[in-house]
Parts: sequence; structure tokens; C-alpha cells
Amino acid sequence: MDIAVSALGLVKSFGRTRALDGLDLSVAFGEVHGFLGPNGAGKTTTIRVLLGLIRADSGEATLMGGDPWNDAVALHRRLAYVPGEVTLWPRVSGGEVIDLIGRLRGDLDRRRRDELLERFELDPTKKARTYSKGNRQKVALVAALASTAELLILDEPTSGLDPLMESVFQDCVREVKAQGRTVLLSSHILAEVEALCDRVTIIRSGRAAQSGSLTELRHFSRTSVSAETDRPAAGLDALPGVGDVDLDGSRVTFTVDQEHLGAAMRLLADHGLRAMTSQPPTLEELFLREYGDVVAGERARSARELADAAESRRDGQ
Amino acid sequence: MSGLTGTWLLVWFTVRRDRFRIAVWVVSVTALVVVTAASIKGLYPTQADLDQAAVVSAKNAAAIAFNGPVQGLDTVGGEVAFQSGTFGLILVALMSLLTIGRYTRVEEESGRTELLRATVLGRDAQAATALVIVTGMNVLIGVTVTVSLIGQGLPIVGSLSFGTSFLAIGLVFSGLALLTAQISENSRVASGLAGAVLAGAFATRAIGDIGDGRLSWLSPIGWSQKARPYAGERWWPLVIPLLGTMVLIVVARALTARRDVGAGLVQPRPGPAVAAPSFAGPLGLAVRLQRGTVVAWTVGLLVLGFVYGAIANDIQDFVGDNQTLKELIAASGGASLTDAYFGTAMLTMALVGSGFAVQSVQRLLSEETTSHAEYLLATPVSRHRWMASHIAVAFGGSVVVMTAAGLGAAVPYAAEVHDLSQVPRLVAAALAYLPAIWVLAGVAAALYGLAPRAFSAAWAVLAVCFLIGFLGVALKLPRWIVELSPFQHTPQLPAAHLAFVPLLTLLAVAVAATTTAFGALRRRDVN
Repeated sequence: MDIAVSALGLVKSFGRTRALDGLDLSVAFGEVHGFLGPNGAGKTTTIRVLLGLIRADSGEATLMGGDPWNDAVALHRRLAYVPGEVTLWPRVSGGEVIDLIGRLRGDLDRRRRDELLERFELDPTKKARTYSKGNRQKVALVAALASTAELLILDEPTSGLDPLMESVFQDCVREVKAQGRTVLLSSHILAEVEALCDRVTIIRSGRAAQSGSLTELRHFSRTSVSAETDRPAAGLDALPGVGDVDLDGSRVTFTVDQEHLGAAMRLLADHGLRAMTSQPPTLEELFLREYGDVVAGERARSARELADAAESRRDGQ
Repeated sequence: MSGLTGTWLLVWFTVRRDRFRIAVWVVSVTALVVVTAASIKGLYPTQADLDQAAVVSAKNAAAIAFNGPVQGLDTVGGEVAFQSGTFGLILVALMSLLTIGRYTRVEEESGRTELLRATVLGRDAQAATALVIVTGMNVLIGVTVTVSLIGQGLPIVGSLSFGTSFLAIGLVFSGLALLTAQISENSRVASGLAGAVLAGAFATRAIGDIGDGRLSWLSPIGWSQKARPYAGERWWPLVIPLLGTMVLIVVARALTARRDVGAGLVQPRPGPAVAAPSFAGPLGLAVRLQRGTVVAWTVGLLVLGFVYGAIANDIQDFVGDNQTLKELIAASGGASLTDAYFGTAMLTMALVGSGFAVQSVQRLLSEETTSHAEYLLATPVSRHRWMASHIAVAFGGSVVVMTAAGLGAAVPYAAEVHDLSQVPRLVAAALAYLPAIWVLAGVAAALYGLAPRAFSAAWAVLAVCFLIGFLGVALKLPRWIVELSPFQHTPQLPAAHLAFVPLLTLLAVAVAATTTAFGALRRRDVN
């Protein structure tokens, strides 16, 4: 048994919206798995199915060999969870929440808890209602990281943390990984996923769009090349797998599939290659390629909303 | 930008969001009054019937304690004001204080205020919005009550006075709730403080009305009744609530300026860095979360019980040699007047105490909607265990609350008549209502499990039980409707004999409803 999380064709609808539309996800034991997608793609819904809080309409989910719905209690002994939106009991102190969650799971390590409080610079005596979003998140993070759970499910755990705390968080995840534990990290902070994750699943509209190691994902993507040649590199755009060609005398930039990289290089060499830089795609480019249209659409919409709001304010005065 | 910028936009938005809730309040209060009026006309068709009823009521301290001062009871209008007045006034006060709380402190607690205040919205806009809407609701109730009673053929001036008396108490409790909303950062505490004043107002006027009526001048309910609708109306007493409201609003506004958004005047202290050993399982958490609620209701019912107990010994003197009333009581089973009085008092307190049970079960819903449940259920806590912990507090808390009600009533009475045996007797009478209260808690839990969005129906069920308990006779409701209320199946100790069969049946219903709740939660999605 080396699969920690497996989901096959998960479907979940809320009324008319189809939150999950045949989602596949597979996380091996011992890996840090990035779960990427824009807001509303279905990341949190997937996690809620895996936690047995909601039941998928169809499809199959397996968590550490058990059924998330029926074996919830037994499975939850072996996992720790950080919700995307941490809401705590307003009049209970942070330290009490950490202790309560630890006691419920039955594996509270007091030394580890105090050490984490120190590293995250969290004051445990404050009542939850006086914490900022970032500090509430720290409470949930300390509660999860102080456990000895085999699987950590973290739903956008760093969206409220400052860069310093983000780096503390990354250190902690690396320690967890070094202990051979598994992490499912939902995020849309690409640098974080790139720094921490062995494998990534990118989801879109409730469906896995891409899945694999970062190397594998890059393989499916295009390398951007810019080069200088003695003679203009004519004929590049005729090659299969080459695109975005911008030929300006001796300088040329283009993108190319990995399997056609060799042919492109040969053509450049034939034209007297003098200098060349090539960049493998970053995760950001992978992501943007997957969501480019969505992102562009959102930008346009929010710009429009800003303009409308400004206008209505003028009208109101 | 003035402090009120954006108020009208917010009013429009809020009314739109809550139009159904607003309509339900207005319609229920109006319906209560209209139905009472219609049934009183049927109940006392001739002037002779009215005269006799007036004589009986004038000597019935229990009725006066529950209903209000004896004025104009030989007219249909006077009887309407007597039978539905106090109940209606309390309903309007509750509506006002809960609605103000909903639009001010609840919004602030949820963080929505912060979002709104960051936009072009004045500092006082939210409070002003709440006042505008609640005043609008109160005016609407005043108008509908007045118009519909005139429509029933009651005198115009009296109807106007009666409608205005509703508006008056609504205003007072709007201002009061606005004030208490500034004091605590906890919306439950804020509403609880205003509710405590309402309970105090009820008690003060009960004692005042049984006496010479002077004490009633200290009670907002008393002010409305001092306007004497249908009994030689006078308008000047209504100046008191009007002035009082203005003072309350001015003070509330002054307090707002002295505090931050989200904070109360009373600052929260830091908590412990490490949880106490008792703060462990889901039950530990449920007890901690509901501690304040249990304490507040316990104190409230202790005080209410005390008021009932303190005046109990005067009941016998009141009747004196009123032959009609003696006959009436003899006909109803021959129990002593005091016992009959305590029977009614226990019923009232059991109905009030059910408010605790429903509120306590409602905690499950609020824990779910705030996502606290999600966080907890991601640990090895099963849904059953989580639900059971809150239900245990609801059921166990009811025992505490009703014991307080019984003790509150028993101790002053036992002291006055020098008879300690009254204590267990009256506490038992209060506890006899536990199965009925648990039925209500069970129904609330089942609603939460099956249809959490319809949870407010649990409050409607409680309201219907109140209606049946107080007005079942006056409204001449059909028997099968009256028997829907679990409280009607509880023997009215100490006047009636203890019967186990109905109590065990109620217990079985409570268990069945609760079991349904567990089954339903097991099957549905948790949000």
C-alpha cells in the first residue's frame, strides 16, 4: 500500500453548479503533493470529500486504504488538517485550540508545540477573535505540525502569512517530508509549490488538467529560446513543433516542444549559432498556459468593476 | 462625509435581504391581536358575559400577574388588551431587541461590518439602519393593529391607543438593544442583557399590578399599559417611552464613539496559554461554548421564579369572598388557588425555559455555518459524538434551568408560609416539564439534522406552544390543535396529580426525535 490519497472520477454538484467534474488525484506516501488551481476550481471541495465531510455524487475516493466517508474517525487519527479559512471559537485562546485539537487526535507533543509556537512567533494567550487572519492560520498550522500524523492536508495554509513566516512554514514541511510523512498541499502560490512539491496536480473546473512531477509537466511544455546566428535563421517557422518565431536579422526568439528541440538546434547550428539562452517553462508558465484565458478574463472583469465603482462613487457625491 | 452616509442604501439592501423575516414578525403580532379580538367577541357574546368575566378577572391575582392591570374589562376592547396585551408587548420588545442585535452586533461580530465600514459608509450608518428598519417594523405593527381592530368594530381611539402602545415599547427596546450592543463584543451577551431588562420589566409590572400599580411606572411594559387603551385613554404616559428612547440612543451613540469596530466597552482578557485538563473532548468544548448561555438562562429563570414565588401567598387574600371565582376554581378540579397559580407559573417558566433548549440546540447549526464543525470533524471526532455533546448540554442544561425556576419559586413561598416541604413539591412541579422541554429540543435537533436551513421553524414551534399555553382557551382553539403542544400533556403540578404515562410518552417522543436527528446528520453533507 503506497498510495496515500486516491481519487477516481469524483463528481460533486451543489445545486446546478458542478464543483467536481470527474476529478482524478493520486498522492503517494512520503511525497509532498502540490494541488494547484485558481479560486473555485474545486480544491477545497476535493479536500472536503477526502475528509468525509461531504459525499461525492459518484467516483471513488480512498484515503490511506480506507473509505473517507465510512472510516472517517479512524482515518482522522492518522491525518492533520489545516482549513483554507481558519475560523476559531472567538472566545477560546490560541493555546487552548492547539491543545484541544491535539488531545482530540491524541498525539499532542508538548515540546514540539512550544517549539513551533516560538518559530511561528505566535502568542498562545490571545483569544481567537483578536487574532489576525495570519495568526489564526498559525494556530491551525501549529496544531497540525505538532502532531505525528502520517498525512497532512493543508488547504492554502500560507495565504495569510508574511514572507518570513512563509519560509518557516517551508522549513517545517521539509522536516515533515524528511520524516517520511505525506503532505497534500493545496495552494496557488507557485513559488511555494515549486520549492516544496515532488509532484503536482493542476485542476481546472473540477477536473485534473495536468498531473505529474515538475520535470514531467515541463516535458509537455515549451522551452523558450533566444539566439544569435551569423545568417538569419530562415526556415525555423517551417519546422514542426516550433512557434512564436520572431526573426530580426541575426537575432531570433521562438518557443519549441521538447521533442523538437534537437531539430531546432541543428537548424540554428547550420546558420552559424553564436550565442543562445534557453529557459525551461516555469510553473507559472505552465499554470498560465492552463488558465491563461481565465486569468485574462478575470483581469478584465476586475478592471471593469474598479471603473464602475469609481464612477458610482462620483455619482453618489 | 457625515456619520450617516450610505444609510439609505444599507436600509434598502437589508430590507431586501430580510423581507421575509420582517413580514413574519409584523404578521404574527398583528394576527395574535386580531385573532384574540375575534375570539373574545365569540367568548363573551353579551354584556352580561363581559361583566361576569370582569368580576372574575378583577379578583384573580394570577391572571393579573400574567396579563396586566384590571382596566375596562367589561368591554370587548378592554378584554382584548388584557388577554393579548402583555404577551403582544413582550413579543414586540423581543422582536425589536433581537432585530437591532442582528443588524448591529451580530454583523460586527461576523466581520461584515469591517467590510462595510471600509466602503463609503458613515460611522453611524449601521446603527441608523437598524433603527430605521426596526422603527419601521414597529410603526407597521402599530398601524396594522390599529386598523384591524377598528375593522373588528372596536372603538377608534382605543384601537389607536393600543396600536401606539405597541410602537412605544418597540421603540424603548430598540434603544436599549442599541445600548447593550455597545457594551459587549459578544452578540449573545448584548441581546441577553436587553432580554434581562425585559424580564425585569415583566416582573416589576406583575408585582405593581397586583399591588396599587405604582411599581408598574418603573416598567416599560407598564408605561404602555398606563396609556389605558379602551379604558379612558390617556396619552401622556407614552411620553416616557419616547423620551427614554431618545436618551438611550444618545447614550449608545456616545459609547460608540469611544470604542473600536469589533470591540466592546468591556475588553476581553487574555486567555490561558495551555488548555485546562477539562478542556479536552467535544463535550468539554460544548460545555465551554455554552457555559454563558446556561448561566444566563439559569439566572433569568431563577429571578422569574422568585417573582412568582414572592407574590404567591397574596393569591388567597385576593379572592376574598368572591363567590363566582370560588365556584370556577371548584369546577376546575378543586385544587387550591395557590396551587392553580403555581401550575400556571410553572407552565410559563417551562415555556420560557424551552427557549434555552432551542437556543442550545441551535449551537450545532451555528458551529456548522461558522465552519467550526468542519475543523472539529476533521479530527477523530465522529459526527455522533460531536452532536451528542451539544445535545447533552441542551438536555442537561434544561435540568439546571428548570431546577433554578422551581427553587426560585419555592424558596420565597416556603419562607413566607413556614413550610419547607413546599420546596421539593414545587421543584418537582418545575421538573415535571422536562420531558416536554426535551421534546422541543428533540424537534429542534431533528430540524437541524434534516433541514438545517429551516431551523427557525423550531422557534415557530415554540411560539405556537406559547400561543396554545396562554391563549388556547381564549382563542377557542380546537382540541386537537391544543393537544399538539407537549406542554398540554404535562400534568400541571402541584394542582394536578402526577401521571407517569403522559410523561413517559413525551420522553419517548423526545428520544425518537433526537434519534432521527442523529440518523439525518449521519447521512448528509456537513458544511
